Amino acid sequence: MEIVRSQRKPADAAVAPALSLYRSAPALEVRLEDFELYAIDRLRVLQGISDGLSRGKKPEEMEKLVSELWRAQMRHQDPSEEMNKDIISHFVLRLVYCRTEDLRKWFLSMETSLFRYRFRLESPESQRLLMSEFQLPYKAISHAEFETVKDKLNQVARSTGPSSNAETLFFKVPFEEVPELVAGRRVFMLKGFAYVAMNQVVSLVATQFRSNLSKALVLTNRKWTSTIRDKEKNRLTPIVEALSTGYLGPDYSQPKEFSEIALKDIDQLASTSFPLCMRHLFDKLRETHHLKHGGRMQLGLFLKGVGLKLEDALAFWKSEFSQKVGAERFDKEYSYSIRHNYGKEGKRTDYTPYACHKIISSTPSVGDHHGCPYRHFSEENLKAALGKMGVGGRSLDDILDKVRSRHYQVACTLTFEAVHAASCDSGINHPNQFHSLVEFDEVKRSCRKRLDGHNRRRRKPRSAAAASTASACLLPLPPASGFSMYLLTSLSPPAQPNLAGIARAEKDAREQRSFSHGYEEGEAAFCRTATEQCGVVDRPGF
Amino acid sequence: MMMMWSVVTGLKRRSHMYGGPTHQSPFLDRICFLRSIQEGEKGNTAIFGVASPPLAAGQPTLTSSLFPRIMTKEETSAERDDMQIDRRELEHPQVSTIPRGFNADYLKLYYGKLFPHADIYRWLSYGNDGKHPACDHSYFGRREFSFTLENDIYVRFQSFNNAVDMENSIREKCPYKIDIGPVYSVDPAKRHAYSQSGNNVFAPVERELIFDIDMSDYDDVRYCCSGADVCLNCWPLMTIAIKVLDTALRDDFGFNHILWVYSGRRGVHCWVCDGRARRLSNEQRAAIADYFRVYKGGENYVKKVNLAGAVLHPFLARSYTDVLKGFFEGRLLASQNLFASTERFQKILEIIPDESIASELLDKWQGNRRSSISKEDVNVVRWEQLKHVLQSGKQKAQGLRRCVEEIIFTYTYPRLDMEVSKHMNHLLKAPFCVHPKTGRVCVPIDPNNCDSFDPTTVPTLSQLLEELNMSGMRSESEDEWERTSLGESIKFFRSSFLSPLLKSCKEEMESLYNSKVKQSKNALNW
Repeated sequence: MEIVRSQRKPADAAVAPALSLYRSAPALEVRLEDFELYAIDRLRVLQGISDGLSRGKKPEEMEKLVSELWRAQMRHQDPSEEMNKDIISHFVLRLVYCRTEDLRKWFLSMETSLFRYRFRLESPESQRLLMSEFQLPYKAISHAEFETVKDKLNQVARSTGPSSNAETLFFKVPFEEVPELVAGRRVFMLKGFAYVAMNQVVSLVATQFRSNLSKALVLTNRKWTSTIRDKEKNRLTPIVEALSTGYLGPDYSQPKEFSEIALKDIDQLASTSFPLCMRHLFDKLRETHHLKHGGRMQLGLFLKGVGLKLEDALAFWKSEFSQKVGAERFDKEYSYSIRHNYGKEGKRTDYTPYACHKIISSTPSVGDHHGCPYRHFSEENLKAALGKMGVGGRSLDDILDKVRSRHYQVACTLTFEAVHAASCDSGINHPNQFHSLVEFDEVKRSCRKRLDGHNRRRRKPRSAAAASTASACLLPLPPASGFSMYLLTSLSPPAQPNLAGIARAEKDAREQRSFSHGYEEGEAAFCRTATEQCGVVDRPGF
Repeated sequence: MMMMWSVVTGLKRRSHMYGGPTHQSPFLDRICFLRSIQEGEKGNTAIFGVASPPLAAGQPTLTSSLFPRIMTKEETSAERDDMQIDRRELEHPQVSTIPRGFNADYLKLYYGKLFPHADIYRWLSYGNDGKHPACDHSYFGRREFSFTLENDIYVRFQSFNNAVDMENSIREKCPYKIDIGPVYSVDPAKRHAYSQSGNNVFAPVERELIFDIDMSDYDDVRYCCSGADVCLNCWPLMTIAIKVLDTALRDDFGFNHILWVYSGRRGVHCWVCDGRARRLSNEQRAAIADYFRVYKGGENYVKKVNLAGAVLHPFLARSYTDVLKGFFEGRLLASQNLFASTERFQKILEIIPDESIASELLDKWQGNRRSSISKEDVNVVRWEQLKHVLQSGKQKAQGLRRCVEEIIFTYTYPRLDMEVSKHMNHLLKAPFCVHPKTGRVCVPIDPNNCDSFDPTTVPTLSQLLEELNMSGMRSESEDEWERTSLGESIKFFRSSFLSPLLKSCKEEMESLYNSKVKQSKNALNW
């Protein structure tokens, strides 16, 4: 086991403990309980980072967020135990998140972010120590070389920010090693080499960390499928499988049965329950009878997510596009990609609707209408668009304020609240959530009262696995309904208490922002019971 | 006349051999038809009309007696888009023996006689087709090709074991378009066999770094044409893109083997073929694309270029002084008439953050229409006035001084199709394809000479066949393309791109092999 301990700042007791590079799994005895609890704590940190990133927080804000999260979740009285907790939790989550491409991707980027911000919090000396730990083959450039490119280096420094005091320590590395610095034009480039300043080495180290971890995850996955999964069938496997389910956010890929929408209602729906990004695309489509690829994907998958069936989707897009390009060309050129979205062509993947962070980070180009209006609209255009939705006065100012501080999802949430005069404490994380919130609100209000009690009485115990995700569900309700904001649908206690589920519920209750996790299951359960009670659908298994 | 016949009969035999389209008595029809074209007999065209595929209602049939056209399905659907190009051709009537435009049968002839199969094969083999022990003989066979056949039938994941396979398949299928994809971990044609093993072994492993620049992305800054059309007034935008990217790819990123290709209609493609470029990950590709991204579009953004920071990054500064500024002031300002109407200069004034300055200029220009401007170009005068106001000593605010640069970047800086460059598995049309709508060949562009490239004189399919006919059968042995205007392009492709590339591939292979040998020797000694 290899643990790198950096020098601690003697004065500051709150300094984060040394960073581990997680080169090899620790040879430690771990209690099964800790195995899971540590992992849950780390997951909270990673989830917090994920939320922070999708809110578009700036690096400084992220730094603060990470150090707070770390302090809240990972601290331990005993420093050596804290170090162990760090390492154990990391390796447990490796096991949890090695199993599919999506899980790996998420874990990789969150762990890298975590490492990056923890690295930034280290002192320069320990940073240098860590660098040598990576055994990077790069040496600082000589004074003579520095002199030849000094002007350019200064130019880059001045182009990126006002502050950075003249750095003289530079590393010359292949540009492939520092993609993020290249992408931001924050380094001087010459013949394939990037000149990385000492205060930028975090990118270099993070890239290295990421590529090591990426390779390790693939290896772990191989080990997991070949041996561990079966060997640990009764002990670790259930824990591992339960851990990964809770934190992926809701799955909007399968439209809910209750929320199927009909073609004739679509205009009505667009004006009441589409978030601004989709409403804008929808209006543009109606107006110009055309959308470019990015717009077709964003709106098309959203509509799929809210329950527009393939046949209706084809009819919908055709009715618009044929006015511009003719029905024949629509059939030839556009219908394929719609069928593709529904998993009927090509590699037949059922594509999922885009989440907010994907839409926010998209890069609309000329003629494009997709993207997040709060991020991609100029202020005038946003004002006009919001005005069209009937948002004005103070709420408009509040929204614009959030946009200026780059809290796009918060701005969207405020819009929701302004338009529907209801509060939404959970925040909008997915356009389809915006839609289902409204629909839920409008359509289901009437029978909610009856169902609440019903839920409590009738819910049957479920299998342990299912219970782990549904053991406690939070239903956010608008105050108008006369209920408390959060309605805890408690089910009969699961046969085997599962820590993941309970821990999650605790977290939800505490942070009151669990929409993306708890809400959907609650909603689904709610609706299943609804149909059950009304005798509409009689499905076995409930 | 005889020459013509020989070409045509050769063509028909081939199309029989490969199972091409057959008509009732195709051989006879075709000969009759071509004779009728040569003699300009209107009546005889009907003979062909019977055999040709049914035409969509409302589409013009054989257009004029001077230029009888063979209307393939492809062409009828293209008709709407390309009226512009057709018209241009009609303005310069040449006595032609080959009908204008694009046609499946001519394409067959093109693939048979002109398309440089061998060069494409050698390029995409990157030295792995030799006898060197370090050669990876599976390399070419793992490359994906995609064909677009008649009626937009799209066939993906084609792969070929060798040059002969590739050539035969292209000749036989006669694709309207050939796309080149990445090199995969396994033969893409056999991908299903590997998908059973579940461990995702079928994945792209190598791919040229590619860029796609499309003139239709510049529609808000050009007034001469829009959409798919280009002319010599807006083409300089492509020249700028080539210059800016080519310099940066070489000087900043250290790449050497860069191929620029005319896309056949309205844009250019760039293939960066260095080994280092081919092995970039998606993330690294995205980083390069972002390095080049200045223009942030989106229809709802007024200010599309935002240059922050006290000074420009060296790359942007160099692009600005070396390329953008000169093209903007020397060419586009006047050729696009950027300040000639209220609507146009208002668009530029919107970029200025200080409203009082913007409205001052607006009043000034709206007030005195032509009075003070006598001989000098109105665009130049107004641009100078704008610069004067923004850069005069009075304007301390740095944002305002930067505004001049922002305007120039907005109107000139290359606009990339980012998605194409970011992912390894994006397909891109192969060089030397024929654009099905214009009939123009996707010829390489010399970046050192891109100023003189003229998209309107790029050889078309029919022109090339005509040249073949005219030059006759002087000698069977020599490459036929040498007798056509494609010759220059193929020679350029070989001398400026292919041979330096293959030389460095060989060196790379050699050094890799030597180091491996050394390593194994060391291991043995130890």
